[in-house]
Amino acid sequence: MGHGGGGAMSGELIEHLFLPAYGAAAASDLGDSAVLTVGSGTRLAFSTDSFVVKPMFFPGGSIGDLAVNGTVNDLAMSGATPMFLSTAFILAEGTALNDLGRIAQAVGRAAENAGVRLVTGDTKVVERSSGDGVYINTSGIGVVPSGVDIHARRARPGDAVLVSGDIGVHGVAVMSCREGLEFGTTVESDTAPLHGLVADMIATGADVHVLRDPTRGGVAASLNEIARASDVGIELVERSLPVPPTVRDACSLLGLDPLQVANEGKLIAIVPAEDADRVLAAMRAHPLARDACRIGSCVPDHAGMVVARTGLGGSRVIGLPIGEQLPRIC
Amino acid sequence: MKYLDEFSDPDLAKKLLDQIHAATTRKWAMMEVCGGQTHSIIRHGIDQLLPGGVEMIHGPGCPVCVTPLEIIDRALAIAARPGVIFCSFGDMLRVPGSSQDLFSVRSAGGDVRVVYSPLDALKLARENPDREVVFFGIGFETTAPANAMTVYQAKRLGVRNFSLLVSHVLVPPAIAAIMESPTCRVQAFLAAGHVCSVMGTAEYPPLARKYKVPIVVTGFEPLDILEGVRRTVLQLEAGRHEVENAYPRAVRDEGNAPAMEMLADVFEVTDRTWRGIGAIPRSGWRLSARYREFDTEERFDVTDIHTAESSLCRSGEVLQGLIKPHACEAFGRECTPRNPLGATMVSSEGACAAYYTHRRLELVDAK
Repeated sequence: MGHGGGGAMSGELIEHLFLPAYGAAAASDLGDSAVLTVGSGTRLAFSTDSFVVKPMFFPGGSIGDLAVNGTVNDLAMSGATPMFLSTAFILAEGTALNDLGRIAQAVGRAAENAGVRLVTGDTKVVERSSGDGVYINTSGIGVVPSGVDIHARRARPGDAVLVSGDIGVHGVAVMSCREGLEFGTTVESDTAPLHGLVADMIATGADVHVLRDPTRGGVAASLNEIARASDVGIELVERSLPVPPTVRDACSLLGLDPLQVANEGKLIAIVPAEDADRVLAAMRAHPLARDACRIGSCVPDHAGMVVARTGLGGSRVIGLPIGEQLPRIC
Repeated sequence: MKYLDEFSDPDLAKKLLDQIHAATTRKWAMMEVCGGQTHSIIRHGIDQLLPGGVEMIHGPGCPVCVTPLEIIDRALAIAARPGVIFCSFGDMLRVPGSSQDLFSVRSAGGDVRVVYSPLDALKLARENPDREVVFFGIGFETTAPANAMTVYQAKRLGVRNFSLLVSHVLVPPAIAAIMESPTCRVQAFLAAGHVCSVMGTAEYPPLARKYKVPIVVTGFEPLDILEGVRRTVLQLEAGRHEVENAYPRAVRDEGNAPAMEMLADVFEVTDRTWRGIGAIPRSGWRLSARYREFDTEERFDVTDIHTAESSLCRSGEVLQGLIKPHACEAFGRECTPRNPLGATMVSSEGACAAYYTHRRLELVDAK
C-alpha cells in the first residue's frame, strides 16, 4: 500500500521499476503533467491519474469530484488551460447503481464547473474479489499559453514559497468519516479546480517558476520534490503555515504531521521574491485562495532539503513521508 | 484542544528558557521517559535551545519500540492464519519482526486491519462470529485501561471469538532498571504525564528516595517540557530529589480511580521482556485468571517462533540512554525509517526515527 502513498516508496517504484523497464521510450521529465509541443509550436499539457479513495463519499465531495479536479489540477500546475478529459471506470461486481449514479453526476458537475469536456471513456467490471467499489481513471489535455514556463526545476535561491490557503483539510475530511474516527467539527474537503486561480496568477505578469498541488504526501512531499529537482534548499517558517485548528487537533490526536496530509484544492507556488506581493494579491482576490500566504523561501544552503524554523526558534528537517501515514498508538 | 496554542507560546517559552539558562551552573543529564516527549523535543527543536549543560537523554517510553521481537513474530504468525482478523493500531504495522512486518502479512493475504480503538476490534468480532478477531494490545499504562475495558466488555457480552495479544509494560520498574544499570548516567527524570494521569504519582516517591533522583511529572507540549526541565534543573542545582507534578491540568496525585479499578480487575503484574533492554521483573501486565480465556497466547498455539535480532542494531543502548541514535554505526546507512533494523527507527516516536526525520541536516553536517 505504501507504494501508492505518494511518498518516498512511490518514488522508488518509479525510479527502480518503471523507468528501467520503459527504457528509451520513457520521458525524462516526471512532472504531474507532460508538456508536449505539436504542429507549429502549440504546447499541450497531458496528464493521467487514477482515483481509489475510500470512502467514495466524504464531507465536501466524492471520488467523482476528485477524479475531475485531480487531473484538471495536474494540468493547471504546468500553467495549462484544461480542455478535454477522458473517464475510465473500473467497478466491482455488486456496486450499487445508486452510488454509481451519484458519482457520475458528481463527475458531470465537476467537469462543467471546471469548463472541461468529457470526450471519451471506458467501463470495466471486475469480480467482487478483485476490487472494492469504484475506481476512476481520468486523463486530460490542456493548452499551455505561450511564454509560460512552469517547472519543478525552476526554483532559485531567494524565491518566495507561497501556499493558496489552509493545508491538510482534504486528508482530515476523508479520515474523519472513516469508521470509528469522528471529530467534533466537520471538516469538508477542499477539492476544487485550480486553473482559474493559476490563470489569474500568470496574468500578473510575474515569472511563476514552480506550481504544485500538494495532494498525497502533502506539502512536505511537494516541497521535497521541488527542492531536489531544482537543487535548492527550502526553508519554511512553521508559525506562518496556515493549519486550521480542526486539522491541527485531528493531527495531534493521531500523531500525524499536517505537512504530510493530503490536499485537493490547494497549490504551492514558487515565485521570484520581487513578484511575491503581486502574485499574493492576485491569489487573495480569487475565491479559492483568499487565505493565500507566504510560508518560506528557497535558500542556497542544504540543497535538496526542506527545513522548518520551529515556533520556538529551533529547526527541523521536513522529510518525505515514507508511505501511508500511520496513526500512532498513544 | 483549542487551548494547545497557549502551550507553545514563544514568549512564554523564552521566559522559561531564560530561567533554565540562569539556573544551570554545571552539566546535568536528565531522561525524558516518554517517546511522545522525545518526539516533541526534537520536533520543536527544544534541545537546541537548552543550555549546553542540560543534556536530554531519550528514554525507553515508546511502546512500539519496546515490544519484544518474540511477541511481534507471534503476532505475525497469528495474523497470517486463515480465519483470523488481526487488528492493530497503525504504527505497529511497519515494525519489523525477525523476517517481515504486518504490512507484509497483509500483502500476502492476511486480514490485518488498522483500528483506532480496541472497541472497534470487539465490534468486528461481533460482526464476524465465524472469524477469530485478535487485537494487538501493546503500550504503557496509557493504553491499558481501554484494552482492559474491551476485554471486560467481551466477557460481559459473551463474545467468544475475540482475544487480546497482550504486551503491556509499566514505567516505574523501567525507571528502577535504568537506575540499577552500572553504566547509568541519568540524574533526573521527566516522568510521562499521560501515564501518571492514569496511575497517579504514588509509585514515584520511593524511586526518587532510593535512587536520589528528582522526578518531575511532565506533559508533551513545548511549554510543558520546558517547565519540566526548569523544575528538574532547580532541584538538581539545589541537591533535592523530590517528585513534582508539572502537569496538573491532566495529572492528579491519586490518578484515575475507575481506570485503576478496571486494570486491577482485568490484568495482573508479570515479568516482561523489553525489546533492546531485556527482562525486567514485574514490569508488565497480563490478563488475570478471570479473563485468561481472552488471552490470544492461550487460544493460539504458536510454537515455531525463531527470533533473530539484527546484529548491527544498537537500539537497546539508545533506549537506555547509553548512546545517542547517530552514535550507532548503522544509523542512516543500513538503518533508516524505510529499512529499519530496530524499532527505535521504525516507530515515529522512537529516538532514532526522530533524529533521522528531523535532525538529518546537522547529522549529515557532523559526519
